[in-house]
Amino acid sequence: MMRFIHRLASPKYFYDVAGRIVPWAGWGALILILVGAYWGLVEAPADYQQGDSFRIIYVHVPAAWMSLFIYVVMAAAGAIGLVWRIKLAEIIAIASAPIGASFTFLALVTGSLWGKPMWGTWWVWDARLTSELILLFLYLGVMALYGAVEDKRMASRAAAILAIVGVVNIPIIHYSVEWWNTLHQGPTVTKLDKPSIAPEMLWPLLIMAVGFQLYYVATVLMRARVELLERERNSRWVQELVQPR
Amino acid sequence: MVRTFDPNLSLEAADLACIRDDRVLFEHLGFTLATGELLMLEGRNGSGKTSLLRILCSIRLPDAGAVWWCGEEVQRLGPDYHEQLSYVGHKDGIKQDLTPEENLRMARALGRPSPELDIPEALELFGLYGFEDVPTRTLSAGQQRRVALARLVATEAPLWILDEPFTSLDRDGIGVFESVMETHLERGGMIVMTTHHRVALEGERVKRINLTA
Amino acid sequence: MSALSTPRAMALLLRRDLLLAYRRRAELINPLLFFVLIATLFPLGVGADSRLLQTAGPGIVWVAALLAALLSLDSVFRSDFEDGTLEQLMLSAHPVSLLVLAKVFAHWLVTGVPLILVSPLIGVLLSIPSRAMPVLVASLALGTPVLSLIGAVGVALTVGLRRAGIILSLLVLPLYVPVLIFASSAVDAASSGLPVGPQLYILAAMLVAAVSLAPVAAAASLRVSLS
Repeated sequence: MMRFIHRLASPKYFYDVAGRIVPWAGWGALILILVGAYWGLVEAPADYQQGDSFRIIYVHVPAAWMSLFIYVVMAAAGAIGLVWRIKLAEIIAIASAPIGASFTFLALVTGSLWGKPMWGTWWVWDARLTSELILLFLYLGVMALYGAVEDKRMASRAAAILAIVGVVNIPIIHYSVEWWNTLHQGPTVTKLDKPSIAPEMLWPLLIMAVGFQLYYVATVLMRARVELLERERNSRWVQELVQPR
Repeated sequence: MVRTFDPNLSLEAADLACIRDDRVLFEHLGFTLATGELLMLEGRNGSGKTSLLRILCSIRLPDAGAVWWCGEEVQRLGPDYHEQLSYVGHKDGIKQDLTPEENLRMARALGRPSPELDIPEALELFGLYGFEDVPTRTLSAGQQRRVALARLVATEAPLWILDEPFTSLDRDGIGVFESVMETHLERGGMIVMTTHHRVALEGERVKRINLTA
Repeated sequence: MSALSTPRAMALLLRRDLLLAYRRRAELINPLLFFVLIATLFPLGVGADSRLLQTAGPGIVWVAALLAALLSLDSVFRSDFEDGTLEQLMLSAHPVSLLVLAKVFAHWLVTGVPLILVSPLIGVLLSIPSRAMPVLVASLALGTPVLSLIGAVGVALTVGLRRAGIILSLLVLPLYVPVLIFASSAVDAASSGLPVGPQLYILAAMLVAAVSLAPVAAAASLRVSLS
């Protein structure tokens, strides 16, 4: 097992393996997302209260899950990179940031689209939407810090520390926002709470969630490969790779 | 009575590499330094001398290889290693709004105070007698450099890491500091330094590494 | 002679930073003026209706305190970074995180405490009822050190950058959200005569967590920024 990890940590080996995973994950993601979208948007029954507008949860909920999941992955990879000085972990961490930010943005946009028919306004200070917004700022902070530091090795270590500080703070922020929300709005029907979801609604949701996961795997590996080529551009294996045979 | 340092101290580096902005400044660099020895780093501007000094201080991480103090990796030793070294870098590391005396007092709080010289004696050694209680910002660049160098003798560390210590010193200052280095080596101290100035220290105890080669 | 004990070194560093602040005392007033100025601008913007001010007051005081804290943050490590004394701190015989703690404490004494002292005045300007004043002061006393500690991590990450200002606020402000929520809610509750225990306890818990975690994170960040 350790030997496998060690081999995986060598840039060239990772580059090859990642290159082989990308198409599988990419096509898998496309198929699952198409199936999930068709099932969710067309087949699944409409909600008896919200009608068809609830269907946006098939995008919104998986996107919100991914936004948190990717932040945790980013912080974990960053910590591994900091502690064991594994370059690949640093690269994975930094490649995750823009993807996570996009999912966060997607969750915000879909949440706001949902709010329009529900409450008649594009934005309400709902606890989850507010947390999502702050999460977006956390992502943007990590990306801005990485972009601002010139030495990329130093930049990824700084961004990793920030991501770890962020991940410690996310639960605190989440609960304080939730508490703030109950204080200022009183208990409203939280639209994302679905204590008993019908199975025909759940299946497409799960399929979409897996599809989004695969999409993340595919894009993060693609980004990591590019970043790797850029950082290692003077090393022999990259030189050999780009030489015409 | 001059106290000497533990004769078993050693600084060792192996297979060091430093990459800056995609350029390999040096690689496979190694040396061993024993007590009483001086290591001179030579090389053109931009050849990585300062980077190497910062790696030896453990401020900067090497891109490959490691540095050992008495057989233990310096990154692991942390403050225990820092206690053994004094660093004078490009920046003087003194506060302009404090007097030389206050600056040295802080240096002694951060490191190990010298048992032989107190603060006035250290300042006097560098010809700063009478300037101990004016704000450092009113001193000339050469005098500020002397305050920074006085830190070396006001604290007691066997390993000195010096980045161009002679910058802005006058001839008298250079002479004083050369004799201070001489004494330090005789006590069994170690020095790693860069300089463009010819140092009047010679013999077997002076090692040289040229980074341009 | 062996090295000084770490608490002694921390005390000396604290003393040094206070001395430096004293020698530059003209600059100390600036964050304070900024604080008062922001709090004055709000009524001019939203209208001086005292009922409106009473509901918005706690939030305004705290947003102003947040911004004033942010403005003054840069000075925690900046000058030490520029003259090289930060390198000397990193190379000291003591744990860097504890030295950072001493520095942040000094910084809070010269920038945070004045805010606390002047806050009742701001409270009067924003028609916060006098029974809520003790809570306002207490919330600032518990909250501003958290702001300084979290901010120190952000400054440590950006100290090597030439233009750190905007990026620093992007890093730090989202992390200030919990403090803002609980502190302004405490003041809010106090002005309507409700109990404020929970909010203040949570702020105290945040302070404890920040004191124990932030210096470690800031020390690690400084190591990255200096390398």
